[in-house]
Order: sequence, then C-alpha cells, then structure tokens
Amino acid sequence: MKFEHYGIGIAKGLTVTIRHLFRHPVTVQHPEQRLNTSRRIRGNELVWSRDRCTGCATCAKTCPQGVIQIVTSVDLVGNKYEVAKYEVDTGYCISCGLCVESCPYGALFMGYAYERAKYRRNELVQGKEDMMLESGKKQPSGYFYPEIARELPRQTLLVERITEKA
Amino acid sequence: MIANFGLDLERYWSALPPELPPDWPGGFWWHWLVFTIIIIAFVLGLVMGFIWLERRGMARMQARLGPNRVGPLGLLQPVADAIKVLLKEDIVPDKADKIVHWLAPVVAFAPVLMIFAVIPFQNGALLADLNIGILYVVAISSVSTLGIFMAGWASSNKYSLLAAMRDVAAVVSYEIPVVLALVGVVLLAGSLSLNEIVKAQQIPFILLQPLGFLLFFIGGSAEINRSPFDLLEADSELVAGFHTEFSGMKFAMFYLAEYAEALFLSAIIATLFLAGWRGPLLPPWLWFLIKIIGVFFVIIWIRTTVPRVRIDQLMALAWKFLFPLALINLIITAIQVLAWPEALPWAMIPVNIAIMATLVLLWSKLFKLGWGRVEV
Repeated sequence: MKFEHYGIGIAKGLTVTIRHLFRHPVTVQHPEQRLNTSRRIRGNELVWSRDRCTGCATCAKTCPQGVIQIVTSVDLVGNKYEVAKYEVDTGYCISCGLCVESCPYGALFMGYAYERAKYRRNELVQGKEDMMLESGKKQPSGYFYPEIARELPRQTLLVERITEKA
Repeated sequence: MIANFGLDLERYWSALPPELPPDWPGGFWWHWLVFTIIIIAFVLGLVMGFIWLERRGMARMQARLGPNRVGPLGLLQPVADAIKVLLKEDIVPDKADKIVHWLAPVVAFAPVLMIFAVIPFQNGALLADLNIGILYVVAISSVSTLGIFMAGWASSNKYSLLAAMRDVAAVVSYEIPVVLALVGVVLLAGSLSLNEIVKAQQIPFILLQPLGFLLFFIGGSAEINRSPFDLLEADSELVAGFHTEFSGMKFAMFYLAEYAEALFLSAIIATLFLAGWRGPLLPPWLWFLIKIIGVFFVIIWIRTTVPRVRIDQLMALAWKFLFPLALINLIITAIQVLAWPEALPWAMIPVNIAIMATLVLLWSKLFKLGWGRVEV
C-alpha cells in the first residue's frame, strides 16, 4: 500500500518546511557580513614581490591574455635586471593563475581581493607600486603557495550560523 | 488532583465573559461608527501584519531571511510597499473596458470588508449580530469573485481572462463542499449567528467536526485562491493572473483584498471551529487574534510546502473528493445530533476522528484522476 496517496506525502513535506523554520537562514547580508573566501582564491588582482622578481618575463610569456607588461633595464652595478615597469591589466585577466604557477622565483601571487569594481576600465590596470608585496598592503592568496594558505583564516561555510543584522 | 485540575480547566473554559449590549457604546449610530472604525483598523492592520508574517515566515521556511531593511526586523516593509504602490502611475490598457476596469478592484475589496460585520471579536462585540450570519458570510464572500472576473474581462488580456475564468470555475465548485461543511457546524450549534455558534462551543468544533474542518479548510483555501490552489495567479503560467493589467492604487486594492480574504478565512475558521473568542485567562479579543494568526500561519505553512495543482486536479478534488465527503459528513453529523440532542459528549471526539481517518483513507482509494491515472 503506497501511503503517499493518503496525504502522508504532504505531511512529510510539512515537516520539512517546519524544520527549516527553526533552522538558521543561509542568506548573507553582504556589505555588513562577509564570508571568508577560500584560502586558495584566485582573486582579480596580482601581488608581485619586487625583491624576488628577476625580470625574466616568464609570467608575461605565459599569460594567455597577454595582459602582463614588463619592461626591464640592465643594472650593471648589481649585475641584474631592474624592473622599470610592471603592469597588469586586470580588466582582461581571466584569473587562470598560469603566471603564478610559471614564475621560477616564486615572486608572483594571486591576490586575495575580489571587490574591485571600478567606473573606468583603465582604473583596473595595476601598476608596480599597487601590487607590491613589500608594501604590506596586499594580502597574497594561498593559491599555489600552501605555506601562505596555512596562515589564512578558514573559509566560512554556509552551514555555519550567519547572524542577521539588527 | 488531576481531576480537580481538569474541572478547574473546564470551569475556566465554560465561563463566558459578559455579553456586550447590541448597541454597545450607546446608541445605534455610535455602535455603527465605533465598529466600522474597529473593523477597518482591524482589517488593514492585520493585513499588513499578515503580509509581513507571510514574507518573513515563508522566507525562513525557505532558509532565507525575507525583508529586513525597513524598520526593525523589516516590520515597516508593508508600509513601504503600500507607499510605493500608491505613488505609482495608474495605467489603463488602451483597449480596456474603462468603467469595469475602474470598478473591479472596488467590487473585489468591498465585500471582504463587509464580511467582518458579523464576526464576533468578543462576546457580543460585533457590528451586526445577524441571525443568518453564516448565510451572509457565504453569500457576500462569493461577490468578490465577480470583482475578479470583471478585472479579467476588462483588461482585454487573454491571460487575465483565463485566470478569471479559472477563478470562477474554482469558486463555483468549491462553494458546495464549503457550504456543506458549514452546515455540520450549524447543526451542532443550532444557530446561524456566529456569536451563538461561539457560545455553543463547549468543546471546540474542530474536535467534534474534524472532517468538516478538513473539508472547510481545503475548500476555503481554494476559494480564496491560496496556494496550492492559486491557479488564477499562477506566477509561472499567467504572469500575475487577473491583475496583470492593474497598477498603482487598483493593484493595491487587489493585493489588499487577497490578504483580507485570507484574514476572513482565518477568522471564520477560528470562529466556527476553534471556539472564536473563548479561552482561559487572556482577554477574549486576544484569544481571537491568537487563533486567527495561528490559522494564518498554517495557511502560510501549506503555501510553502505544497506545489500548485493542475486545473483538472483542482476540479476533481472538489467534485470527487470534497463533495461526497461533505455529504457523508453532513449525514453523520445529523445522526449524531439526533442521537444526542442536548450536547455531544466528549466520547464522540475519538469516534469522529476515527470516522474522518477511515473516510479519508477510503476516498483516497476511490479518488481517480484522468481515467485512473494518478501520476502524470
């Protein structure tokens, strides 16, 4: 005897909805509440280390979009390349992370930020100073660098309780 | 000890609050004025509350938050919505029947307000204690269907007309089981006046008339077009049904009428089956309010749970399920009332619940859709 035809199905459904009433909601009140993103997020900016970069331009060659522009000059005294210009047009970046993976010196990181909406396209171009790791303003993401990921806060899951703004 | 407690409870329950005189603040016109204001304030206030309760409650049942920006806990959201909708431009379609289009929201809303004239908020506290109260309720509540059909017709929009036709078909079909379910209550109470029916409920009639309650609840939900019977508004098929072509104040009237109908159904169920204003300790009007909100909560709960039915399922449920069960319920109630003419004893409660369970199970077995195909 299939009891689904005698209203039991509806009763089951009713218990499901009433259980949800006493469950916490999963909605995030975005500007006031933020979830911790994945520790390995490929955010839409890059973080670049001036000290480690040798100016080899491997990142620029790997970039499928060709958005990394690097200009170097020879520093005869220090016997190395001086990076004169390092620019990333993040408006065209597809966040593939190939530049980060390809960097032989571990000088490039994906950024941790994701709210970078701007009014003009050229405002999205990141200059050298804007993405410098040494400035301490930019948090690199743990993508491709497990030792950074270990330091970052754990990702919030939607099953955890998110309280409502009063 | 326990027996004593039971007796105390029964004394609390059966002690009626003093009845208000029929011209309560003194004089016919004062009575009319005071109760008109009370009814309008009650309906508008509770409708706002219901809109809030429905949006928040439904949101929580769907693991959302619902509106929470306007005022504390989003309490002022209905007010904000009302202001928004009142300030909007009133657009009348080019090919619309202008007069009918203008009249439809009024015809839909006014009768709903009129119903509350006979609903007792407290012992004797009602605008008009008609001795044909239930007949009045049944008659007036069908009038708003006319408003909906006028709206569908005047819009000169095929989807609106389709929605309006569905509503007329549904109301015509569901009126019969609803009225038959009400007759059971009338037989038990021995009166058509709503205040007398509340006074007659030594035992709430939901216990003596469980089947009647079920039929009335289902039929009533269909009649006020609540989910799962909201075929005429079917968001996914008919845009917004009959009020697609209405905006501004006219739309607000339909919206108001929809929730006022839900309020009226909750109030009628609370009055007829849940002993209306009766209850221990708390003041009677508060009991009435609590019961109304409780019934409305169940309506929201069902709306969140049950998916919309097809039109053939709607009709089959009315004619093949509710109608025969309502007739059987009427016969059984008549026999019981004849057998115990004074008052039905407490022992009848389990018997009636057993009868309900048997009949529902039996009829589910007989209930066939589309020449025996239960599934599509």
